[in-house]
Amino acid sequence: MLKGTPFHSRTLPLNESQSWRRWSGFLAAGSYELTHEREYWAVRNAAALLDVSPLYKYHLSGPDALRLLNRVVTRDVARCAVGQVMYTPWCDEHGKVIDDGTIARLAENLFRLTSAEPNIRWLHMNAVGLNVKIEDVSEQIGALALQGPKSRLILNACADKNLDALKYFRHTTAKISGIPVTISRTGYTGDLGYELWCDAKDAVALWDALMKAGHDYGITPTGILALDVARVEAGLILLDVDYTSAHVAAIEAQKSSPFELNLGWAVSLDKGNFVGRKVLAAEKTRGSAWQFVGLDIEWKNLERLFLEEGLPPQLPTTTLRASIPVFATGQQVGYASSSCWSPILKKYIALAHLEAAHAKPGNLLMFEMMIQHKRRYTPARVVELPFFNPERKRN
Amino acid sequence: MDFETDTMNTQYDAIIIGGGHNGLIHAAYLAKAGKQVIVLERRHLVGGAAVTEEIIPGFKFTEFSYVVSLLRPEVIRDLELPKHGLTILPLPSTFTPLANGDYFAAWDDHDKTRREIYRHSPKDAEAYDDYSRQMARMAMAVKPILSMIPPDPTSFSPKDLMGLAKLGGHAASLSEHDFYNLAKLMTMSAADLLDEWFECDPLKGTKSASGIIGTFLGPRSPGTAYVLLHHYMGEIDGAFRAWGFAKGGTGGISNSIANSAKALGVEIRLNAPVAQVITRNGRAVGVALENGDEVHARYVVSSLDPKRTFLKLLDPNQLPGEFVSAIRRYKIRGSSGKVNLALSELPNFTALPGEGPLHRGAISISPSIDYIERAYDDAKYGRFSRQPYIDCILPSMIDPDMAPPGQHVMSCFVQYAPYNLEGGWDDAKREAFGDTVVDTLAQYAPNLKRAIIGRQVLTPVDIERITGLTEGNIFAGELALHQLLFLRPAPGWANYRTPVGNFWQCGSGTHPGGGIMGASGRLAAMELLKDWK
Repeated sequence: MLKGTPFHSRTLPLNESQSWRRWSGFLAAGSYELTHEREYWAVRNAAALLDVSPLYKYHLSGPDALRLLNRVVTRDVARCAVGQVMYTPWCDEHGKVIDDGTIARLAENLFRLTSAEPNIRWLHMNAVGLNVKIEDVSEQIGALALQGPKSRLILNACADKNLDALKYFRHTTAKISGIPVTISRTGYTGDLGYELWCDAKDAVALWDALMKAGHDYGITPTGILALDVARVEAGLILLDVDYTSAHVAAIEAQKSSPFELNLGWAVSLDKGNFVGRKVLAAEKTRGSAWQFVGLDIEWKNLERLFLEEGLPPQLPTTTLRASIPVFATGQQVGYASSSCWSPILKKYIALAHLEAAHAKPGNLLMFEMMIQHKRRYTPARVVELPFFNPERKRN
Repeated sequence: MDFETDTMNTQYDAIIIGGGHNGLIHAAYLAKAGKQVIVLERRHLVGGAAVTEEIIPGFKFTEFSYVVSLLRPEVIRDLELPKHGLTILPLPSTFTPLANGDYFAAWDDHDKTRREIYRHSPKDAEAYDDYSRQMARMAMAVKPILSMIPPDPTSFSPKDLMGLAKLGGHAASLSEHDFYNLAKLMTMSAADLLDEWFECDPLKGTKSASGIIGTFLGPRSPGTAYVLLHHYMGEIDGAFRAWGFAKGGTGGISNSIANSAKALGVEIRLNAPVAQVITRNGRAVGVALENGDEVHARYVVSSLDPKRTFLKLLDPNQLPGEFVSAIRRYKIRGSSGKVNLALSELPNFTALPGEGPLHRGAISISPSIDYIERAYDDAKYGRFSRQPYIDCILPSMIDPDMAPPGQHVMSCFVQYAPYNLEGGWDDAKREAFGDTVVDTLAQYAPNLKRAIIGRQVLTPVDIERITGLTEGNIFAGELALHQLLFLRPAPGWANYRTPVGNFWQCGSGTHPGGGIMGASGRLAAMELLKDWK
């Protein structure tokens, strides 16, 4: 039996569609309503409330907590001030990505790491000889994401402090209805948004307080189907969909380096030694075999292909988590790993792995589509990520 | 640059008269082709009948038009409107409250809708699916016509013959069954069409409303089935008959088009009413503004309705007599009004109490075809309907930026309100009309009256005064069969040209016509650019 999160007593009756997905062994709402459409628009036009408690959460504390993190992850955590959050991947010794997540520096010697998969063994393996305490706090913390243009107004309406000054990728503590919470200006939607972290026993009261304060701003309980569209627009990768953990990959070809996932910016080769550094330094000099890019699948030809069959265009309304071949002059040069119709951009978009030679922005490739049971090919242009990047995300 | 020369440019490639959506779209397409274009707008803001104004502080009214469906996807793509701010939010349901305390609804889910219709009529629940599929097929069948210059069947020019062949070829691709249905759709009344399919009164009433919107016809008048189809031709993201609400109201659509046009180099001059078109030797060479300024250009294009374009901007002596009388006969009867409400709380419907999905969709006062036909009867004899058809939405429930938090705006489209009211419209009659609308709604949602903070009542005369649309007709001319395709606005002049050289038309009074569609502006631009060479 899958477990409910600390918010389950609230999310269960709200889930009109009874569509549950599994997320790290927990029940996560696919969509609360019968379609996810309005939940998607809550992310982009109002405020979406998402239960993200299934994330793995670790507290690392002690004099060597920073040393451990800097040994494991690719970014330079020494540059993460107290009150700051960093997104980072981490690699195996061969420079291939194991997982990705965020690090919040809660105090000088206290960090919270989130991850998609369990990492406690990996952390312990790398902590040999270090004075650090590693705690799995996954089930002790309830986590909510409040995402969308109205999220700040809602928090200001219910928190005991104003959040206007909280910058992108910073966190603070506050009380909401008397409940102590950590609020980080982070999220997985590429929009203005926050994540709230509380003691699991306070979870239900926090949910209620947010729903009440958010009512007049269009707060909408939102499931992961809507989130999955928003994150593709934001160009954000998902483990097991856009890449395979190096710990899980059956063959070398399934593994990716950070450079191959468009995460080169998160690799600090000059911070001292860390797991995979040597290989990554060599890859940086040599150049990567693969690039991770956006594809903008052009409408005109796509519509024509459907019309040839007498059909109106039919595109995935949820994110298609399927591998789709991409071609250049008859030869396969890569594959899309996530694709969806973007309601806000009114474009069919995809996240794709391409051989480096074909990954230049502006490059025109052919995208495979199954139309009326026939394999057809339609032009797709390579574009830089993210597809959608509103000013309010950072401002 | 010489800072002394403060004078504005007075020589352009093209002048567009009117900054409504078609005028702006037309301008943007010309600018995209490298032309230097100016749009002259009479008011202080662009949009024409697609404007959002804060009439009551904090409350944004999508003043005249209020929903979007027909806006051509190719316009959205070509002008990159999403990049310039166009956001279309879903408007997924329709709720029809009934006098007996029950309601009829079509929800955002197929099963939910089927179960709801089944409650009223098990047969209709099935017919509804078949009907929707057939209308989608019909819409797909006529869709190519929206993207082509209407060929003139009396002409033997290669272009017209090719166009006819294309249309003919297209018609031939339809099954016999579909072809018969299309022929019927083009000629029948909405009531007759719906009677063939359904038995449930509120379903038929609500569906028939799409057949009378913007016309001075009742659901039993022949030709209204086509208007119904016209409203089915909308598509959002490839999905036919989907309706949406533009973020910021329909003014949000106009602003996105204006932003795109400006990015392409279009100059938009506000508060610049055009008095007349200047002609020389039978050709248009520019316009004179009401303030006496003159602006000159190689082409002058009017996006105004045909009556204003030909009978006000030009001296009728410059036009052939037959053409002038065709334009005078052009049917552009105002039949609808609009009531915009600022509310302190949501209307609470007796039939389905509490806040719910109904508040995020359309709320339609259309209990039966008889109800709407009776509403029309009043109008036929010069009165506004005592029990009108009303189509409401609550924009603030879809886009929280439309009203202060916790408060709401309600947009009520009302039919019938004849332009030529017996004895004429005055302030007292306008208020009486507003009261009738509020009273009608309050029969179903009794808390409405106490929730009203402020209201704006717009009669057809007000719509004409503010937007310039003759008689306040929202389609710039009725969508009647004798005014469609190669007959819109007048036989022989459906290709966006006019009898005056270099004077063109691009408004909703040309093919394929009204609604926030933008096809007229786009097609006219493409035709004009061909002429340019």
